[in-house]
Amino acid sequence: MADDAGIDTPVHETGEGVRRRDFINVAAVSFAGVGGLATLWPLIRQMSPSADVLAESSTEIDISQIAAGQAIKAIWRKQPVFLRNLTPAEIALANKVDIGSLRDPQTLAERTKPGKENWLITMGVCTHLGCVPLGAGEGEPRGEFGGYFCPCHGSTYDTAARIRKGPAPKNLEVPVYEFNSDTVVKIG
Amino acid sequence: MSFPWAQHYEPRHPFMQWMDEKLPLPRFVYNAVGAGYPVPRNLNYWWNFGVLAGFCLVIQIVTGVILAMHYAANAGVAFDSTEHIMRDVNWGWMMRYAHANGASAFFVVVYTHIFRGFLFGSYKAPREMIWLLGVVIFLLMMATAFMGYVLPWGQMSFWGAKVITGLFSAIPLIGTPLQQWLLGGFAPDNAALNRFFSLHFLLPFVIAAVVILHIWALHIPGSTNPTGVEVKTESDTVPFHPYYTAKDGFGLGVFLILYTAVVFFAPNALGHPDNYIPANPLSTPAHIVPEWYFWPFYAILRAFTWDFFFIPAKLMGVLAMFSAILVWFFLPWLDTSPVRSSRYRPLLRKFVWFGLLPDVIILGYCGGSPAAEPFVMISQIAAAYYFLHFLVILPIVSSIEKPEPLPFSITEDVLGKDDHAVLAPAQPAAA
Amino acid sequence: MVRLFGPLIGLFFAVALLWSFGNGAYVAITEPAAATAESVFHKHPKEVHFASDGVFGRFDKEQLQRGFAVYKEVCSTCHSLKQVSFRDLTAIGYSEAEVKAIAKQWGNKAQTFDPKTGDRADRENLASDHFPPVYYAGQGSPPDLSLMTKARHEGPAYVYSLLTGYEAQPAAMLKQFPDAKTPDGLHYNPYFANLNLAMPPPLTTDGQVTYSDGTKASVDQMAKDVSAFLVWTAEPKLDKRKQTGWPVVGFLIAATILAYLAKKNVWADQAH
Repeated sequence: MADDAGIDTPVHETGEGVRRRDFINVAAVSFAGVGGLATLWPLIRQMSPSADVLAESSTEIDISQIAAGQAIKAIWRKQPVFLRNLTPAEIALANKVDIGSLRDPQTLAERTKPGKENWLITMGVCTHLGCVPLGAGEGEPRGEFGGYFCPCHGSTYDTAARIRKGPAPKNLEVPVYEFNSDTVVKIG
Repeated sequence: MSFPWAQHYEPRHPFMQWMDEKLPLPRFVYNAVGAGYPVPRNLNYWWNFGVLAGFCLVIQIVTGVILAMHYAANAGVAFDSTEHIMRDVNWGWMMRYAHANGASAFFVVVYTHIFRGFLFGSYKAPREMIWLLGVVIFLLMMATAFMGYVLPWGQMSFWGAKVITGLFSAIPLIGTPLQQWLLGGFAPDNAALNRFFSLHFLLPFVIAAVVILHIWALHIPGSTNPTGVEVKTESDTVPFHPYYTAKDGFGLGVFLILYTAVVFFAPNALGHPDNYIPANPLSTPAHIVPEWYFWPFYAILRAFTWDFFFIPAKLMGVLAMFSAILVWFFLPWLDTSPVRSSRYRPLLRKFVWFGLLPDVIILGYCGGSPAAEPFVMISQIAAAYYFLHFLVILPIVSSIEKPEPLPFSITEDVLGKDDHAVLAPAQPAAA
Repeated sequence: MVRLFGPLIGLFFAVALLWSFGNGAYVAITEPAAATAESVFHKHPKEVHFASDGVFGRFDKEQLQRGFAVYKEVCSTCHSLKQVSFRDLTAIGYSEAEVKAIAKQWGNKAQTFDPKTGDRADRENLASDHFPPVYYAGQGSPPDLSLMTKARHEGPAYVYSLLTGYEAQPAAMLKQFPDAKTPDGLHYNPYFANLNLAMPPPLTTDGQVTYSDGTKASVDQMAKDVSAFLVWTAEPKLDKRKQTGWPVVGFLIAATILAYLAKKNVWADQAH
């Protein structure tokens, strides 16, 4: 803000005195600048997620009640997560697909945990524009590939929740999760 | 207006020349607080407080906007959302303490700024409009601070809201409907909390607008100075920049040291413990007090304990409290002395330093104490002096007092006290 | 106008004030205010020091953990701590696993409500939960303790004094104020504002709480520890606040010295 040219010393002073004075003036203005910049940090940082929001960044879900062929919607980080217990037929259907033909090539095995291939756990957020696809709730249409169907713009996912048709660019995202036990999944 | 010798803004860089043609904002700043604004060369540190007050307003607006991102204005959750800010929001504790103590700092600075006016006759012609706008700013500050204190929805918030809106119920006939209109209910609740939040957010911007008018009005006659003698020649002044930017920078540093020391090491020292108890409409705190900056006025409010003829004591208290500030509006016409600065007014100087100043401090002490003897009786005497000071003593003093001889000019005053002083020509400051 | 009405208004207020003063003085002389039991026997909090006192003070985490033990074993039966979350306990030295276990084993359960069926049920507390509310079967709800040390004058010393201040009502008091006898069901405590407190003495015997760090759990020690713990619950960011404060103030002092020198430079050739 302050312009140093204005705080120059008069011409009749020369040498050491002038340099020392200039140094102090520049230092004072620099300190003000550094202090101002440092103050910005808390002002910016306060908008990041607060401690209570971060504390809910992982959630544990009981999956013991989900029968084969069924799915539930859970909430993780204020967004829906689909937990689906695939039937052997659905697994077979997913594995039959030619990976090369997919828009976002991934196998079912890559999208599940080893030994737990029947548990398909994905975000319930369409990768097109963020709508919640249908197919996890009872009686909802699952689309022509038996997975999920997004009613907003018609994106259709298969039984591995891979994008097969419609505008979405990616498969439904698989969140970070682990099995705490055979019946409890920890997401996040 | 400015003095004829004011330096002119001459943009050298082509971009600045282009800018000057399209939007002469740099020119405006140059003429307002830059080298283009000649200021008396003899301003002392009392003159730092105007800039500091502006800085406090900025602190309050910045921290306030941030707090509003996290606060919830609902009677059910306001208290908890305040604690959420203190505990969970990143740096939230600092924002809240900076804002709560920022209000105190703002009042410290503004009271000093006002007292500077009393001491040096800043309210006198031709600067009446600056003074009147200043009193308007002060009234807006009081309203803003009061409504802000309600927002955490603690015990003092709630009972403060109840008591202060209760003042309006003292008005004959329309009092009770008026109070209910202000609160949007029969007692402070959601409706009151929400409108106070809305207005608390709005008023600081109104204050900022009046501050601009205040500074605009100041630039017409220019600053007064400790001698009170108007600027006569170029040698009486120096350009605002770099001289007063440097001095204000130092003053700002001292202010920030004190302010941050309170924010980080004693953030609750000026607050009241009861406001950490959630609002409870069924239980009044043993001792309701406003924040310290309202204490003198609160003491005047409580000083009227007996009906005066047909006027109820409650109404007298309310009238007196508002009059205590309104009287400032008339100061330019109550003080008729031809001499501005109390430096040359021996009698007024004594009344300001040994009358008004201790009187307001005593009123403040009584206002912060329980409504019991001896505080009530002391505040009655002190409140009487307060009104007599402005309305009786000041007019009398200004007509009977024999002023001491004034210096011919600021230059003479400055040279008179230092034989070696040199009045170097004001340095040209670059754009 | 101003010069005519101004003095009249000034005199009007002054006379009205003197009228109040005169009447008040007359009443004060003819009917002097009587002393009350509270005004004579109420005591200010005892002198007591905590690790977190002063501008250099920091929390003593071991003491906070002991204080938490006292809260858990003694206070939590009646007093809630609703502004504090279980996860916050990591700040006083518990690991995340320990916090999870503390939350899970907490006696008071979190409440759930199913909006579809209208069923209410209990569930185990999670680390992300706040301490659950306490519904006290009896006379009303005892106050929440989260902010207690900030909600009283000299808060930590007050809590400590109250916990260690129970005593029999002084005989001198009953002699002076025969009506001030502590009612049945209340307990005399000179540190409480009106001297009679519904809370029975909570800390009564040494060793009432078992400290895992081997500190001897005397009544005095427990009272001190739980007071220190409540300083933390009221202001968990206290350490961070002071840690931030020193560099900020230090930087500002350096900057202000430079600003002073720069100001002197600028003004060096100008009389003022």
